[in-house]
Amino acid sequence: MNGAGGGQKSVKALAMEGLWTNNPIFGQVLGICSTLAVTNMVMNTLVMCAALVVTLSMSSLSISLLRSWTPRNIRMMIETLIIAFYVIMVDIALKAYWPEMSQNLGPYVGLIITNCIVMGRAEACANTQPPLTALVDGFFNGLGYSFMLLLVAIPRELLGMGTIMGFAAPYFSGPHWDKWIIMVMPPGAFFMLALAVWLFRSIQGPQQKEGAK
Amino acid sequence: MNTDGVLVQALVVAFSAAFTGNILLTNFLGMCPFLAVSRQVKTSMGLGWAVLFVMTGTCILNWVVYWHVLVPLHLEFLRFIMFIIMIAAFVQFVEMLLERYSPVLYQNLGIFLPLITVNCAILGAALFMVIREYTFVNTVAFGLGSGAGWMLAILAMAGIREKMKPDRIPQGLQGPGITLIIVGLMALAFMGFTGVLSGG
Repeated sequence: MNGAGGGQKSVKALAMEGLWTNNPIFGQVLGICSTLAVTNMVMNTLVMCAALVVTLSMSSLSISLLRSWTPRNIRMMIETLIIAFYVIMVDIALKAYWPEMSQNLGPYVGLIITNCIVMGRAEACANTQPPLTALVDGFFNGLGYSFMLLLVAIPRELLGMGTIMGFAAPYFSGPHWDKWIIMVMPPGAFFMLALAVWLFRSIQGPQQKEGAK
Repeated sequence: MNTDGVLVQALVVAFSAAFTGNILLTNFLGMCPFLAVSRQVKTSMGLGWAVLFVMTGTCILNWVVYWHVLVPLHLEFLRFIMFIIMIAAFVQFVEMLLERYSPVLYQNLGIFLPLITVNCAILGAALFMVIREYTFVNTVAFGLGSGAGWMLAILAMAGIREKMKPDRIPQGLQGPGITLIIVGLMALAFMGFTGVLSGG
């Protein structure tokens, strides 16, 4: 805990908030647009999550650094441009070093720009907090998001293809397992996410009520 | 290719954008407003029209910008920023026009227009159009088809949710949970369209 922003929330509190209590996906069900599509393979999901974590933390940091120079009425536009800047860098890096993955992900890396989470964090936190807090907040929100996506991606690939990250899983790739192809198709993503949201809301339910009411 | 061929091809593109490759149900784009606004048929209709209109408009605009400005200048990597700016500008422009010339329409669509700038379906459609290298005619068809498909999906969803209001749903599943399950079922139904195109 080497102090992030004296007097502000501690790293631990920020981590807790991003990963659990205020997790962007099952708390607010935001930003699932661009990423449900990549959860059919665990590998794709990992790369997408890495891209998102980098973009989210870096853009939070930059927005926070620039916050006192940004005129309020055009801040959305500036935030969007900053986010787009990082997304372009990630996209170009991916194209250069891992062209197949870039092909797999198609337009979805670019769509991080319109991912509501990035914008949401920019508006809710980076806009008002000091740089270090914003960076940590962005990082853990990104991780919280990744964790949720992996939770959706692992069962999808396992049940649908019998593999995890391309490696055959013991029982599921064998002849006894009738592969659930539907899991790697679009409907499977919706069902898995619904189940995951259900699970987490049920666990979180009682606490949330105490806090809110 | 003669005119007939071009038209048939455009029709196929539009049909597949609306049904077999529905931008919401198979590409998961535009989920956020979809989940948030699909409570009532009336508001969904408003948002649906706005998306249809903006998507067609921006697809055309972005096609021109990409193939006639960015490609000749070898600035393809700037397309994310360009597209976002074009979309924001288009939405702003439409909003101003509507306010000036059609106050009624402005009242109905007004609140939805700013929302649309950050709708990933709009940017997604533009990116798909570039990746698939559509011709101009096909781009128009693709924009129309995708917008119509999105509208169809949100209207169906709103209809189902209105009917479902009195039903008792497990606590953790209320709101987004049950909506996602319904979307999943809708996606299953839309998968049935897949055979239509490959057959013809």
